[in-house]
Amino acid sequence: MTDQSGIDILRYLRGQTARHVRLQLASPSEIVNPLLFFLLVVILFPLGLGPDPERLALLAPGILWVVALLANLMICMRLFVDDFEDGSLEQLAMASTPLALSVIPQLLAAWMTGGLVLSLAAPLFGMMLGLPVSAVPVLVASLLMGTAIMLLLGAVGAALTVGVRRGGILLALLILPLYIPVLIAGTRALDEALHSGDPVVALAFLGAGVTGGLLLAPLAIAAGLRVSLEL
Amino acid sequence: MASELSVQKGVRALLSNVSLTVNQGDVWQLAGGNGVGKTSLLRAFARLARIEVFGRLERCEDVLYSGHSAALKGALTPRQNLMTHPSGLNAPSDLAIDTALEAVGVLGHADVQTARLSAGQKRRVALARLFLPSPRLWLLDEPFTALDVQGVTVLEARFLEHARSGGAVVFTSHQSAALGDDLKVLNLEHYCGD
Repeated sequence: MTDQSGIDILRYLRGQTARHVRLQLASPSEIVNPLLFFLLVVILFPLGLGPDPERLALLAPGILWVVALLANLMICMRLFVDDFEDGSLEQLAMASTPLALSVIPQLLAAWMTGGLVLSLAAPLFGMMLGLPVSAVPVLVASLLMGTAIMLLLGAVGAALTVGVRRGGILLALLILPLYIPVLIAGTRALDEALHSGDPVVALAFLGAGVTGGLLLAPLAIAAGLRVSLEL
Repeated sequence: MASELSVQKGVRALLSNVSLTVNQGDVWQLAGGNGVGKTSLLRAFARLARIEVFGRLERCEDVLYSGHSAALKGALTPRQNLMTHPSGLNAPSDLAIDTALEAVGVLGHADVQTARLSAGQKRRVALARLFLPSPRLWLLDEPFTALDVQGVTVLEARFLEHARSGGAVVFTSHQSAALGDDLKVLNLEHYCGD
């Protein structure tokens, strides 16, 4: 019996994730826009700071992380909007599946088309800023975990503000303060890697954040969505 | 299903002392003018309302609710939309989807992006869910909106068919439906206000 329902939950999660990924792929601009934003800002920095490679490499961790954070904010702003407007969220909230479980596929799909893509593209942007190749593994690892935490935190804010007209600014005000520890840990890991220190502590902090976020954020997101849907 | 139910929206009392029992085989129409509280009551039945509902409300677990917004994704085709209900459960077979789309007359557009269909066609795609294997109790908000005469006839026939096979339908509408003796009407104008 338990085996049966275990399989059902897996099949449910897989099916729903595939559905959300397909929906994301149907409007590719939402995947490409954060990447273009990332690229443009990274191009602007050498123009503003001057082309001195050593200075850029020194600033690269901070630049990369701040831009990744802002690109992630763009992704969070769109997160539940479509589903809220076309009534899909209502149907999701009514279904017998707990809302805290049924939002997970959407988060997973959003991370795969957002954070994952950003993290994999980041080495390219890093090299544009003169980041040494030796720091690339730490950059990717820290962003993989960092984007996941930021998406989970941002989704809580997005769930609360989805019913608000032009809730974008409100969302930014709500969640940017929560991003500060993530930003500090992420840049710290990169700095350590750049100055041949030990990035493990900072990376472990991010890992703990992902684990905690995965456990707690869905509950907060479900509660937030219920507030927005006035349930 | 509900007895002495009151619905409040903000500080305004919309409805008071509404009692309604839906049995198997019933087709109920919630009638009344704009703003009388038809949608609010239907949402209360669907447990889509918060604390603004007072009174007793008993309901079977499984309902199909279709609201003003059709929960269709414009980027997907009608076929894909029906394949994966937003709630993710009960994926119907391809054959069932074809039959449902044919019943509402949009099989010819099954593989066009839903966003390119007309309002009435989208409505038909949303209503095709009623032709798929579905829960026994249907709660439908304004199902006849944007449908042409033939669409209305098809839908009314489907209501009766569902009721005869042991299901029940509660829908809201301003228009009087041509369902004859099988239709029970609850006029909400009688329960207005305080």
